[in-house]
Amino acid sequence: MNAPVGHYQYDQIDRNFLQSRIEEFESQVQRRIDGTLTEDEFKPLRLMNGLYLQLHAYMLRIAIPYGILDSRQMRKLSDIAHRYDRDYGHFTTRQNIQFNWIRLEDTPAILRELADVDMHAIQTSGNCIRNVTSDEFAGAAADELVDPRVHAEILRQWSTLHPEFTFLPRKFKIAISGSPNDRVAARFHDIGILARPGVDGTVFRIFVGGGMGRTPIIGQEIFDAVPEDRLLATLEAIVRVYNAHGRRDNIYKARIKILVQAIGIEAYREAVEAELALMNPDHYRLTPETVAAIRARFAVPELVAPDNASEVLAQQRIADREFDLWVRSNTHEHRASGHIIAVVSMKPAGGIPGDATSVQMKRLADLADVHSFGELRITHLQNVVLGHVRQDRLHDLWLSLREVGLASANVGLIGDIVACPGLDYCALANSRSIPIAQKLGARFGNADLQAEIGALSINISGCINACGHHHAGNIGLLGVDKRGEEFFQITLGGRADQGAAIGSILGPALPEDDTVDAIARIVDCYLGKRTAGETFLDTLSRLGDVPFKDAAYEAV
Amino acid sequence: MKLFDLGARASNFHEQLVPLDELQNFPDARAVLLEAEHDPERLKPFLAHLELVVLRFPIFRDGRPFTQARALREYLGFNGEIRAEGHILPDQAAFLKRCGVDSVVLSEGSDPALWEKQLHRFHEAYQRAVLPEAPLGVGLRVKPN
Repeated sequence: MNAPVGHYQYDQIDRNFLQSRIEEFESQVQRRIDGTLTEDEFKPLRLMNGLYLQLHAYMLRIAIPYGILDSRQMRKLSDIAHRYDRDYGHFTTRQNIQFNWIRLEDTPAILRELADVDMHAIQTSGNCIRNVTSDEFAGAAADELVDPRVHAEILRQWSTLHPEFTFLPRKFKIAISGSPNDRVAARFHDIGILARPGVDGTVFRIFVGGGMGRTPIIGQEIFDAVPEDRLLATLEAIVRVYNAHGRRDNIYKARIKILVQAIGIEAYREAVEAELALMNPDHYRLTPETVAAIRARFAVPELVAPDNASEVLAQQRIADREFDLWVRSNTHEHRASGHIIAVVSMKPAGGIPGDATSVQMKRLADLADVHSFGELRITHLQNVVLGHVRQDRLHDLWLSLREVGLASANVGLIGDIVACPGLDYCALANSRSIPIAQKLGARFGNADLQAEIGALSINISGCINACGHHHAGNIGLLGVDKRGEEFFQITLGGRADQGAAIGSILGPALPEDDTVDAIARIVDCYLGKRTAGETFLDTLSRLGDVPFKDAAYEAV
Repeated sequence: MKLFDLGARASNFHEQLVPLDELQNFPDARAVLLEAEHDPERLKPFLAHLELVVLRFPIFRDGRPFTQARALREYLGFNGEIRAEGHILPDQAAFLKRCGVDSVVLSEGSDPALWEKQLHRFHEAYQRAVLPEAPLGVGLRVKPN
């Protein structure tokens, strides 16, 4: 294997920190058992170590900072899936992985095994700053202005066991991107950050108060161009205002979005500026030396490709139509000539979105070693990216993926469904999300049909907490319970990119199978009414939702 | 009342603890009690006389006193003792200390050895806090005292 690229490399200090954290957690488990800690006291402590109690078992959510891991780490996850879970894991919309069938008593041992490969489960849950997410094509995409990974790592470190911000009113999610094409849903985060080059170094556009959940709100710009040396000071001030003034009397009104809505973005900005005026700028300065020191811990891939790499790929696409279809949907332009970014869909037709077996994980690790410097990325749409593939070897990669059932050509298409775990796992859910996702995946499984339909996202949440991000789906489904039967409310028009919008409810909720049929009719309606080059969202915005509503409910 | 010292500043017992709202009626008061919803800025006129500010945690999950402690140290330049009382866990010892809190009122049955253990559990931190802490190499990391 090559030296791991793409993520921060630990040293002994970082490793000692993880050991101390595990010892702390072991002692907390012990204190829970001997009664020194009550269940109410233990709960937030275990959550901040990634351990949830779900419907049937404990779930352990493991952090993958900014979604990037190396093959050695992926092999360890595969091993954990095999030995401690039911031989699979689930990639999440925060670019993490979770294991759904964990025994409490195994948890310290699992955390030790993770620490062996510089991984942990810190702050993957709880009312603290969660795992920082970033662009899955960071440092590779041709359309990128600034590589956000170094700053994502800085944010990860800064937020780790932050002494002031570990008991916030509610969970707090930060995303950072460096591309004008927002692939991180920046405007649906508590804080969304877009980096770009300024006159004098990198500057950061910052949004606050976005979020999904019961009250979906699009984040508002608080600052347009924060200079790098003021980045941490600004974030401290934003979170400090929230910690002091966010509501603590009602968990459904405790997110920063509610505070920003209550006082208005101008008042929030003034409060943050008042904090900044009181803060000692030297104390909070993010110096170029600090940034350089953290940047130095990232290995950089040596991107060398033969001159004819693009030509080889072009010929292979002509020769193999099925391969060509996959290249169209599952790749993205790389900044370096002769290279390409490959997205491995974890959404096989009829499968469970985001699930990976231990064998698939191991195979992905092997393929990352062969094709992408041992680097893998988990996307917030629950797929896996190999970021630096040589174009002349892409066909080899695709053939290998096909052998393990990972060559679905549906990234960004209707089969690329995002679904929360739903009532199969989650104690909060009103309905299951997975079966309807599987039915929709199977209904639209044909690769040609998906290509014909084009860009279209489906997001499914099993309750109003919206973990499946249904508000941001082009087609969103919200599961509701009607006298013991699962119904689904359909929303249209949501999107999470730079044109962020919240979907509108189409009409009354329908039972599961009727919902699948209604979506098929909505798609048919789009195919019938679109003009050349129009995406689903384009047609929807041109015609409004009336024709789609008529189509959806015509047979009901 | 059993006190646990988090840092170098030894805690001092105070006979009279005055609630913030009554502070103006007691010009000689040396010790004040701040509730989590209070803005520490309101202490400004009294700070010169105050030797002790007690921050009350209504429940350990309510993180506002951490911000209050930092405001007292960073914005108001308070150099007296800051003490935490109420529902607090030993697992919060280092957080309290790093935000500028000096001492904790131990609840009934609380084990000082556990507090001691938690206070010194971590030998590295990933961000600067209130206390002067030596950097661990170049980067964000520091060595908590």
